[in-house]
Amino acid sequence: MAAPIQSRSLVGEAILLVLICAFCVFPFYWMVTTSLKTQVVALESPPVWWFTPTLANYWEVLFEDKVGVSLINSIIVAVCTTALAITLGTPAAYALARFEFRGKTDLWFWFITNRFVSPVVLAFPVFLISRELGLRDTHLALILMYLTFSLPIVIWICTDQFRSIPRELDEAAMLEGASQWRIFRSICLPLAMPGVAVSSILSFIFSWNELLFAYILAPKNAKTAPAMAVTFMEGYDVPYGKIMATSTLIVIPVLIFALLASKHLVRGLTMGAVK
Amino acid sequence: MTTKVSRKTLAAFLGPAVFALAIVGIAPLLFAVWKSLHYFNLTKRAQERFVGLENYATVLTDQAFWEAMGRTALLFIIAVPVQIVLGLIIALVLHRPGLTLFKTLTRLSLVLPMATTYAVVGLLAQVMLNQKYGVINQMLGWIGIESINFIGDPTNAFIAVILWDIWQWTPFVALILLAGLSTVPPEIEEAATLETRSNWTVLRHVQLPFLIPSLVAVLILRTADTLKLFDMPFTMTRGGPGSATEFIAVLIERVGNRQFDIGMAAAQSIIMLAVTIVLARLYIRFFYREVR
Repeated sequence: MAAPIQSRSLVGEAILLVLICAFCVFPFYWMVTTSLKTQVVALESPPVWWFTPTLANYWEVLFEDKVGVSLINSIIVAVCTTALAITLGTPAAYALARFEFRGKTDLWFWFITNRFVSPVVLAFPVFLISRELGLRDTHLALILMYLTFSLPIVIWICTDQFRSIPRELDEAAMLEGASQWRIFRSICLPLAMPGVAVSSILSFIFSWNELLFAYILAPKNAKTAPAMAVTFMEGYDVPYGKIMATSTLIVIPVLIFALLASKHLVRGLTMGAVK
Repeated sequence: MTTKVSRKTLAAFLGPAVFALAIVGIAPLLFAVWKSLHYFNLTKRAQERFVGLENYATVLTDQAFWEAMGRTALLFIIAVPVQIVLGLIIALVLHRPGLTLFKTLTRLSLVLPMATTYAVVGLLAQVMLNQKYGVINQMLGWIGIESINFIGDPTNAFIAVILWDIWQWTPFVALILLAGLSTVPPEIEEAATLETRSNWTVLRHVQLPFLIPSLVAVLILRTADTLKLFDMPFTMTRGGPGSATEFIAVLIERVGNRQFDIGMAAAQSIIMLAVTIVLARLYIRFFYREVR
């Protein structure tokens, strides 16, 4: 009797798993199919599932509606933020992992606290300051503000990574007379590459996804893709196909990166509470 | 074991990061505190003046502020328990042995919703929930439910935000709980399954104690993220209809960006920050006690 019960429960389990997958993936399916519909097809009621696909929406948003430009802005901002966060964050992570100093706990606490601060708290003061400094509507303003979340992520994940590198390597190098900086650059940093890669991907994803700072600080020239997508919603005749084409273009790079770092995404979102 | 180094070395390693984070994280905060003590409206610059704690008094007696706080709390109270229950079911299924390929695929698909640009999630809701052209209403029609005006009706719009929050964050909760389940020593779990046939007993007496840290993480992170929630409701409803989906971050954005009352928005955000810091302290007390 045991075997049939088990196979039946396995079938049930498989069905449940398929349902979970469908639940997660269906909105993406709908997004992509809607992006391939003309406005006329998109406004069929009830919605149609089979139709002749067209790439017209992509063509229009990329070349007529400046979504192409906003995607380039997004890439510039996300890549520069990530590079800057890695440059500033890895030495700090190394210090937290290896050195002994007073106030370490407080410093740690402060880094982690940034995970909880809502961007809306910082957005308006930064808006005023950036106007004074002539930084309004520049990539630099966004890159700097995105450090508030990318730098703590890099520091958290890389500290963990540096701790896992055996100290015997440092000690051997120290006996050879290498400086701390030399040990960091030539021995530990190369060994910490997996952590650097994971935190780069996470920093890229979070910068790419950000809306509030972008919406308030970069209304025109440095406008990023998510902020661009929002402007489509203004007005009466909502262009569904174009909105979904823009959404697809925004989401695809993020999903690729998320799948690449799928094991670490939760770690990044919890700042390491969950391994 | 850690190394003692000279102050110069320490400053070289830590200085740049600390300096950068102070400039972008702390300086604007101090500026916000200063502005929150002023009447400061971008459209009425001539009337700018120091008003002390007046803004705070206004915010604390402002009905719109408390309603937004209440709405944010209500979203949390409804969405998070659902996310925990569904997430726990998903985690328990994934934790069982067998069907490896299915489970790997499921785990990958769980990553997608939480990585998706939050602004896009709101746009997707607009498209899928539309009363006339939306696929969700079509599906409801298949099971005999009349089409629902999700975005245009205050109560329904609030429900729609809850549903979308559940869609986006249940997978996150599931994966945190799954990580928690993997901390249960396999010997104990096996011994327990030999003792009893009831999955519930195993969950209650064997797995639950190991899940407590994960559950605390879920509660605190979801609280912080609900307080931050802006992108999804903003792109979906702009806080409307009326103020039905105006959560606290959306309210502050409206006051600062659409009413230009930056002094007031600053006071509101400082109060919200105070709430957040208390939460962060709790969180860190639970998880980061041992910094060597």
